[in-house]
Parts: sequence; structure tokens; C-alpha cells
Amino acid sequence: MIEKDVEIKNRAGLHTRPAATLVKLAAKFKSEFFIVKDGVEINGKSIIGVMTLAAEQGSTLTLRFDGDDEGEACGAIVDLFERGFDET
Amino acid sequence: MTMTTTNEITLHGIAAAPGIVMGKVFVYTKHVPHIDEKTIAPEDAEKEVERLRSAVGRSEKELQKILSFAEQKIGNSKAKIFEAQIMILSDNVLFDSIFKRIRKERKNAEFVVHGEITKYQQLMLNSSDEYMRERAHDVEDVKNRIIRNIQEEKLISRFEGGSIVVSQSLTPADTILFSRNEILGYATDMGGVTSHAALLSRSLKIPAVVGLKEVTSHVHSDASMILDGYSGVVIINPSEATVAQYKRRGREMAKFEHGLNDLRELPAQTLDGKQVELVSNIEFADEIRFSKAQGSHGVGLYRTEGLLMGKDAFPSEEEQYREYKSIAEKVFPNKVIMRTFDIGGDKVIAHSYEEENPFLGWRGIRVALDRPETFLAQIRAMLRASTKRNIWVMFPMISSLKEVRRAKALVVQAKESLRAEKVAFDDTMKIGVMIEVPSAAVVAGDIAREVDFLSIGTNDLIQYLLAVDRGNDIVSQLYQEFEPAVILTIRHIIKEAHKNKIPVSMCGEMAGDPVATLLLLGLGLDEFSVIPYVLPEIKKIIRSVPLREAQKIAVKAMKFSTVEEVKEFLVGHVKRLAPDIPLPD
Repeated sequence: MIEKDVEIKNRAGLHTRPAATLVKLAAKFKSEFFIVKDGVEINGKSIIGVMTLAAEQGSTLTLRFDGDDEGEACGAIVDLFERGFDET
Repeated sequence: MTMTTTNEITLHGIAAAPGIVMGKVFVYTKHVPHIDEKTIAPEDAEKEVERLRSAVGRSEKELQKILSFAEQKIGNSKAKIFEAQIMILSDNVLFDSIFKRIRKERKNAEFVVHGEITKYQQLMLNSSDEYMRERAHDVEDVKNRIIRNIQEEKLISRFEGGSIVVSQSLTPADTILFSRNEILGYATDMGGVTSHAALLSRSLKIPAVVGLKEVTSHVHSDASMILDGYSGVVIINPSEATVAQYKRRGREMAKFEHGLNDLRELPAQTLDGKQVELVSNIEFADEIRFSKAQGSHGVGLYRTEGLLMGKDAFPSEEEQYREYKSIAEKVFPNKVIMRTFDIGGDKVIAHSYEEENPFLGWRGIRVALDRPETFLAQIRAMLRASTKRNIWVMFPMISSLKEVRRAKALVVQAKESLRAEKVAFDDTMKIGVMIEVPSAAVVAGDIAREVDFLSIGTNDLIQYLLAVDRGNDIVSQLYQEFEPAVILTIRHIIKEAHKNKIPVSMCGEMAGDPVATLLLLGLGLDEFSVIPYVLPEIKKIIRSVPLREAQKIAVKAMKFSTVEEVKEFLVGHVKRLAPDIPLPD
């Protein structure tokens, strides 16, 4: 299992569009993927779950990966956050 | 029991979409599904799962139909709000846990669906973010749709036409579907001017008043109602006198709007023959049709940021080229002013630090000059699309002449690369600058010497000049178009441009404010670029006055020292010259 903290960098936060990008990327990996924010844990492969995070710019999330390809999944998803979802 | 009376009741809400209508009320009560908790026999669990699967399938079909209907009626970009709902229907994590609970707890499908989705909805409603609460309504809409389909109830979307729909709230899907019934108008308890339902009713041209708080408790179906979407008022059980008054007002408005139709083909020209450009602001290609229908002959601001919506990466040069080309062709033989990306820096590269004050930060041309590859790709795309010679390019957020020179050098570089590749382009493509930073306004003369046109972006210019953040409720009332300092700045920009024999456009909201038209005309503004909706009114005012008189009005307006005096003075003149223009307030 890997855990990693990330910061939301894009201005709009985790709104519908970035949430969709995230969920689609997560679906490519076999590992389980959870996101923890303010003590609430949601499944990172669920669009409705990710939509509820209301994660604004500047907020910090903990990502947790568990599975055979956890290293790869973590790398790709952390990179997506680092790039600010390629969004404004 | 609802309270109803036969007395005339006037309720004030928010004017969401213009128009006056009178008719019978249809109270639309949202289908609130009745959910019983039932235990199912172990052998029926799979049947229950199947029942849910086919309900989800039907829900998806409904939403796809709404999506395509919305695309036809309001355009692709605005219809995107329905896509999120469709995505939820294929959320495997959500449905796996629902299926698991049905099998394990042996509960009926609607009970489990309701329980599971409501959890998410509650989380969203608890958010302090308005956007997120709006999404909670989308989620509720999806939930109710699935449950209705499990219970195999039909979707009520058709009812007797010719009524005013009164409801607590309307989902975007309701707004779209009801519009097929030739309904007269919408009146709702909830909602603001930016709610999806309000935006959609404007696009659909259905008069609407929202935020009435308690309209549903005052009416029953078949009550009579007047809905005034200009001033945000509804009158229930109107007296004969009120009906007569509104009939008159309705006739005047109809005449006015009919007159606007006649205006469509007429030039934006003053009584003494001075013609100005009256063009529109757009963000997407599909807005051009409406803008033409409103009588616009060109585009004064095309916001290219629309291309970034719904994208995970910057659009390629090729993709941009296709879009710019299609817009240039649609607008031809008139011109389109394309503004290069006006975005914050975090779009291009993730910030290693958070900007404390992004409005004074890395945005617009600053980003472009620091990331020339992105800027060059955009300029190349515009140049390649410019073969009909009707594209003008404009740079946002310029604060000094040095930036203009650097941006122009990059245009030269883009041209050289195209020439080397033997690709055709318009070598005379006009280059202009948006004047929205006070420092650029001060040195407008120096800038004007080196560009082909200026365009005044009043929204940012006023914010920066008066040091007022419009989004900050505590100070937003200090944001005033008619602040004497703003008027003097606009006059300065126009004068400096004219000294250098180049035209000045205005693409901020002020250009579309009917109270400002006479002043701007008198100050010598060459081009008004406005949202297509207000085009006819602005044209009407321009056509109501000789230029010489507008100039006198402008000179007089500059003698006042307070916003209130300027406004009162200008409103008086509009009322005198164009009495049928509906003015705000």
C-alpha cells in the first residue's frame, strides 16, 4: 500500500471535469484507489464520490493505492494532480 | 392545503429571462418518489438487480434524448451540463455497492438506490461552495430519475400548452423538456440569475422569474397570472385594471420587439449619418447564428478560452486552426477580433506556489510571453485561418509598450515559420491590444502608435482603476461604470487612439449598457462589442440621436462629479430619445 499527500493546484478545484479525468485515469489501473479528505474516505474510481469532495484550490488530499500496480497508479495520478489537471 | 385567495398578489423575484406573458398557471409538483422499504425473497434478488439495471438503461436513454434535444436548442457547449448526469449512471463503484446491498440485505432496489445516492447528495449539500450545491441538484435529479424508472412511472414532460409553469425549482432537464410544450413562462420559488434553469430559459427565449421564495404557496393550477420577466415580477389573480395595464405594456413591448426585428438589417448609424460598428462578444462558434439573428455584423471579441473547456490539455495548433477557420468563415465578409488565451498561468504549468492575488498575477499576455511555444501555436493557427483576411488578433492584459513589442515580435516569428513552410496567411492581419490595465490606459498614445486598433475591456479596467473586486460583496457597490475617473480614462484612451488614426472598440459590459450608449457615442467610440442579447437596444439608441447631440451629452456628463448625477443625467436622455427602451432598475 502506498499513501501520498497531494495539493489541489488548479483554480477550479476538483469540479466535474477534473473529477471525470481523474476517475477515467484511475480506471486504467487494477489497484484500489482511495482519496481521503478531512477524514472522509471515498473511492477514487467513483465519479459521484469524487464529485462530493468539493476539493478547492489549495486543499490537501491523501491518496491511497493498494494492489499489484500501485506504484504505477500512484505515479500517474500524482502527476495529474501536479499538472493541475491541465486546467486553469 | 395551499393558501389561495382571489385578491391580487404581487410577488417580486429575480428577472431571469425577459418578456411579459399572461395566462393560466400550471403548478408543477416534482414527482417525489414514494419509497417503501421491502424485503425480497432470496430467489428474487437477481430479478431485483435486473429491474434496477433496466431502470438505469431507461434513465440513460432519457438523458441522452434530453442531451441531444438540448444540443439542438441551446448548442453543444451549454448542453454539457447533462453529461455529468449520464456519467453517474455508469459509475461502477456506485452501482456495485448498490447491487451488493440488494443481494446481501435483500432490500428492494429503490430503497437501496435512494439510501446510497442520498449519502453523496448530503455531502454536497453540506458544502459551502455554491457550485457544489448546484451539483447536488443534478445528483438528486439522477436519483429521482432512476427511482421513477424502477417504479416504471412515465416521465411527465407533456401537458397542456399555453400555461405558465410554477414550481419550487426546475432542473435543467425540466426546463428543456417543458419547452417542447409551447409554455408561456417559468416562475419558481428558488434559483438565482445564474442558476442553470435561468440560463437555459434565456437561451430558449422563455420569459422567467426565479427566486420568488413563496410563489408555489400562493397559487394553484388554473389561477391566472401575469409574469413580467423584464422587471422580475409576477402578479397572481390580477385585477381588470392590472390586466389592462400589462396588456398595454405587453403591446408596447411587442411593438418594441417587432421594431427591433425591423432594426436587424439597418445600420448602427446616428441620425446625422455617423455609422459605428455594432458587433458581438462570443465564446463559441454556435453563438454566431444567434448574434446574426440579433442583427450583428461581426464579432468584436471572440474569447478563445472556450477551446480550453472540457479539455485535459491545450488544444493543438491543428485543432485551433480548424475552429478559427470555421469562425472566420461563418462571420465572413465581416471581421472577427480573436483574443489570445486570457488565462491564469496555472493552466500552462502547475504552480509551485499559490498566487496570493491572481488578479495581479501571472495571466494573459504575461503567461504568453513566458511560454512562447503555446502563444506561437495559437498565433500560427490564427494566421493560417486568416486567408479570408477577416481575422484581427488582440492581446489581453497588456500593461506596457514593451509587452506589445515582444508579442508583435512573436507574431513576426510565426509569420516567418509559415512562410518557410510555404503556408498561406494574411500578412496584413491587424494586431490590437486590449486596454484593461490602468498603466496601459495612461500610455494608450504610445501603444496606439504601434498597433492597428485598441479595445477597451471595461470589466477589468474598472476593477483595477477603482481597486474594487466585483466579486467581493463588501466593496462591490463601489464598482461603478459612471465613476468620473472611469469616464475620463475612457475619453483619454479614445482621444489617444484617434490622434494615431486607429479605431477603438469596447468589449466590456459597459458597451452593452443602454445607459452608457449616448456617452460612449459622444466620446467617439468606433465600435461597440456586446453580448448578442442586447444588440437591438443599443442599435436603437444609436439610431435615435445625431452624433452632435451625443457629443454635447458626453461633454455635459463629464462636468458632474458623482456617479449618481452622471447616471440620472444619462437615464433622462435615454428616456427622452428612446422612451421604449427598458432600462434596468
